[in-house]
Amino acid sequence: MGKIDVKNLNIWFTDNHVIKDVSLELESNSVTAFMGPSGCGKTTFLRAINRLNDLIVGSKTTGEIRIDGQDIYDKDVEVFELRRRVGMVFQKPNPFPKSIFDNVAFGPQLHGLDEKEDIKTIVEKSLREAALWEEVKDRLEKSALDLSGGQQQRLCIARALAVNPDVILMDEPCSALDPIATAKIESLMRKLADKYTVVIVTHNMQQAARASDYTVFLYLGKLIESGTTKSVFENPTNELTEKYITGEFG
Amino acid sequence: MLLKIFKKNREGIRRINDSILYALSLIGIIIGLLSLVVLLYDSFSDGLPWLSFQFLTSFPSRFPEQAGLLAALAGRVLVIGLTALISFPLGIGAALYLEEYAPKNWLTSFIQLNISNLAGVPSIVYGILGLGLFVRALELGRSILAGALTMTLLILPVIIIASREAIRSVPNAYREGAYALGASQWQVTRKIVLSQAFPGMLTGTILSLSRAIGESAPMIAIAALVYVRFVPSGPLDRFTVLPIQIFNWMSLPQDEFRGLAAAGIIVLLAVILGMNSIAIYIRNRYQKRMK
Repeated sequence: MGKIDVKNLNIWFTDNHVIKDVSLELESNSVTAFMGPSGCGKTTFLRAINRLNDLIVGSKTTGEIRIDGQDIYDKDVEVFELRRRVGMVFQKPNPFPKSIFDNVAFGPQLHGLDEKEDIKTIVEKSLREAALWEEVKDRLEKSALDLSGGQQQRLCIARALAVNPDVILMDEPCSALDPIATAKIESLMRKLADKYTVVIVTHNMQQAARASDYTVFLYLGKLIESGTTKSVFENPTNELTEKYITGEFG
Repeated sequence: MLLKIFKKNREGIRRINDSILYALSLIGIIIGLLSLVVLLYDSFSDGLPWLSFQFLTSFPSRFPEQAGLLAALAGRVLVIGLTALISFPLGIGAALYLEEYAPKNWLTSFIQLNISNLAGVPSIVYGILGLGLFVRALELGRSILAGALTMTLLILPVIIIASREAIRSVPNAYREGAYALGASQWQVTRKIVLSQAFPGMLTGTILSLSRAIGESAPMIAIAALVYVRFVPSGPLDRFTVLPIQIFNWMSLPQDEFRGLAAAGIIVLLAVILGMNSIAIYIRNRYQKRMK
């Protein structure tokens, strides 16, 4: 049993069947990359894991997603607690228009932490974990919007880490960044996998190959192939996967 | 060669078009500013000699030298203050509900359409409504409270529309970011949407309040008093307001009262300017704190 078990997952947006009967297991302490052409449902799948799809009017989800054996779509599940445990980093860096400190402190404060010293400790720890502390420690009170794109994205990672999650979802976290910032985020992903279950979405195959342990290939809402990154890239069993990897379509 | 000439001609036409538009815009702004300057000059030249401390602190009188607008000034400030207290929370509450909570269905669109229509209803209609509803049916009398409630009805649609614009300009990425951290809808609304949209909401309210200060039609229906020789001390006291006082002085036969009316206009302008500056100062400070 993996950290996250998905069974017969189907997702509709009104009449649009976006995810079609996907079943798979995601391992803990690893990076799993979802790749596939635009519109294949990768992002929708990712947003099913923290139930962010619930916010979209007309979305419908059937099947099971179990984290540590608990079905997250069960009606007893507290969705706010679920989203605390499953952090998310978005495609475009979206720090709040607040100070760097307040961005990281936002999550802990949401969940009721108001001891000043505790918050300070968490902010520093999270920023260190996101490899941003050294760059911002002297200007924590400055606006987060003055940071560069790559720094903003690492700040968003720190913000997600601050609520002590065990799963981290990243939705094409580097698509808005330059190569150097991308490399920093990728090495950060690798480091985070020591402690967290990291799930990323990418349409960049090189990124999947470089940064992930497992790769899942989705096409038109269906799971085409999944396995260790090495096996998927070196010995794809499905013709579609091979075509995608060799660049024949996508 | 031919192409070059053609190109040159095109450029010439574009340059002429440019200067025509420039001239038109310039004329537009000059006409607007000039009429304002003439108006101001007229008021100041008539009113300045009458403007004095005594003018500000006296009650109306049939002797122009002793007349003042204390009652009207106090009435105006109290009505607008109370209007602000009532309309601001109601307006942003309604806007937050419509934008963040209401399901997107026909009823919501119907409400939204109606609010837009209400913003265009002539103010005297609100005055008559206030007279029937607050003064008579609810038996508040011709009081400050009835006046403030009527003014609230008048400016509420504008506040709601402006606040909704402000709420809509908050990027969805902020909301999603907060939800993804485990925020409840109320936490997202309060900590993200409200704090982001607040300056815009404040601006909308300020603008509609300054419009309300100059409104006389609904106040004539509600207050209908000119000769008030006391400063209202509570929300249920009777009152009069500046525009009514000015209008009354204008209609008196003696020339001196026309000077008093001009002085009243200057005071009214000063009050509007003062309130706007205070509100803008508050808004700027709020914006700075957020960044």
